[in-house]
Amino acid sequence: MTPRLWLLAASLFLAVSLVVGSLVGPVHIGFVDALQSAVARVPFLHVSSPLSPTDEAILWDIRVPRVVVGALVGAMLATAGASYQGVFRNPLADPYLLGVAAGAGLGATLAVVYLRGVDFQNTLPPAAFVGGAAAVVAAYAIGRSAGAGPGGATLVLAGVTVAAFFTAVQTFVQQQHSDTIQEVYSWILGRLPSSGWRDVIILLPYAVVAITGILLHRRLLDVLSVGDEEAASLGVNVGHVRLAVVVCATVGTAAAVAVSGLIGFVGIIVPHAIRLVAGPSYRLLLPLSVLVGAGFLVLADVIARTALSPAELPIGVVTAFFGAPFFAIVLRTSRRMASS
Amino acid sequence: MSRLLLGVLAALLVVLVVASGSPAAPAATVPHRIVSLSPTATETLFAIGAGAQVVAVDDQSDYPKQAPHTSLSGYTPNVEAIAGYKPDLVVVYYDPSGLVKTLRGLGIRVLVQDAATTLDGAYAQMIALGRITGHLDSASRLVASMKARIKALVARGAPRARGLTVYHELGPDLYSATSSTFIGRVYSLFGLKNIADAADAGGTGYPKLSPEYLVSQSPDIVVLADIRCCAQTPRTVAARPGWSRVDAVRTGTVVMIDDSIASRWGPRIVNFVRAVAAALAHLRR
Repeated sequence: MTPRLWLLAASLFLAVSLVVGSLVGPVHIGFVDALQSAVARVPFLHVSSPLSPTDEAILWDIRVPRVVVGALVGAMLATAGASYQGVFRNPLADPYLLGVAAGAGLGATLAVVYLRGVDFQNTLPPAAFVGGAAAVVAAYAIGRSAGAGPGGATLVLAGVTVAAFFTAVQTFVQQQHSDTIQEVYSWILGRLPSSGWRDVIILLPYAVVAITGILLHRRLLDVLSVGDEEAASLGVNVGHVRLAVVVCATVGTAAAVAVSGLIGFVGIIVPHAIRLVAGPSYRLLLPLSVLVGAGFLVLADVIARTALSPAELPIGVVTAFFGAPFFAIVLRTSRRMASS
Repeated sequence: MSRLLLGVLAALLVVLVVASGSPAAPAATVPHRIVSLSPTATETLFAIGAGAQVVAVDDQSDYPKQAPHTSLSGYTPNVEAIAGYKPDLVVVYYDPSGLVKTLRGLGIRVLVQDAATTLDGAYAQMIALGRITGHLDSASRLVASMKARIKALVARGAPRARGLTVYHELGPDLYSATSSTFIGRVYSLFGLKNIADAADAGGTGYPKLSPEYLVSQSPDIVVLADIRCCAQTPRTVAARPGWSRVDAVRTGTVVMIDDSIASRWGPRIVNFVRAVAAALAHLRR
């Protein structure tokens, strides 16, 4: 298939996911009614919505914003994962590699513990964002002071170190305040928020800037994949590209994590599945990751909100439950293809 | 010289060990150094007049004010710290990492009172605490008075509750409690229909509800048991997407109940019953 066909197929997948995500939920809303309700929202058409005011609120204030947040988070995590795998030339790199998750976890815990009496739905996202960004800055500072290693290996090690430290602090604070475990835990498992369009507005600017920034580097990431020295001999400023991509991926991931908690596996399985079927070139891989990542998380959330309906599953459980076996298959198949 | 010193020290050590290892007091005596690692038991001990026998309560026991608050933890207990209070009775509701066995190994009496699932279970625990602390009479009086007050509140409230639905919120992520839980049974007393019941396929008693489902059910009464942990109020609830259409929000029947009352099974459960009765009176004014 040509790149253009792949992009078309991925766009179709995303479109279908968005429609399914908007139509499937614990409360049944028919396709025709939903469509008519959507048309009724277009000004000057004078079509009235067939939905009751309650169903109208469920569709437009709860379900659709949640689908949009799911798409943004999925796109962000998959793209960040793919670009981390590129700049570090490490197939197991995920968006949390440099400590974003641990830092955001610590920020979230501190907000829940020390800002009691404040609605933590408001304080948790900014605290998680600051924590996540602080962890990566710390990792970068440590990695830089130790000198650059091949393929950014020093930076990865610094990230692992910072993550371990932040996690230790988080666990300590949590132990001291065991009554807050429930709230922190619920965030760690990952959940798409139900605060409506507000989260879309928070997340949208970060996601757009970060994804655009990464996509602008997609050709350079292909050059980087041949090795640091070779890329440098081709006139690429390796350190520069790595920094720019890492900054974009980190800021975007921190924003996604702040809104939706720690949703695992999307950043690994989506890029790898795409590599397997459409090839390793970043020029195609990155835009496909945006589209497929968005669609994948929207569908995962459909499962999260319908599998036990009218109860909910944390979405992180869904992505890992389906992601882990899928990843195992991808791994087996790709190894076999490589060895044959 | 130094040998003499060592000898004296060794002798002292032997004396100390023998003294502290003296046979434990017979089990029937009334304890007067009680350590409570259960916030519910702490409330009961003080309500039945055994407060003076309590030497330490855990970090979650925030009621009553005059309880001897410490930083002891009931979740991650430190046996040495507990034993340091030289207790003759330790009350726990939870037995993490073999705490009970270890304490009993030290010759300390331990009373385990895990979370009650019914009112009768809660009463039985109060009577048991009364019996063991030598306050059986006042424990019996407490239980009788609680039963009478709850009966009166339910008798007045139940006719008003006919056909009404309730949602009990444990957290803003819409964790709720079904009728099979201790707190859920209070709503059943009134005959209220609990919207969480339909969502508990796993049978945990504490399902996480879908926001869509909640808005579509439009419960008549919303009870917030997350006002302290998570600063929820009728105002924050009304601001959630779609919630302005929920009946309880429209009629102003969003009840705030202290998290600690709603999560315990002690004497203050009467306050909780009274709050539900008041909400019903408000609805059927």
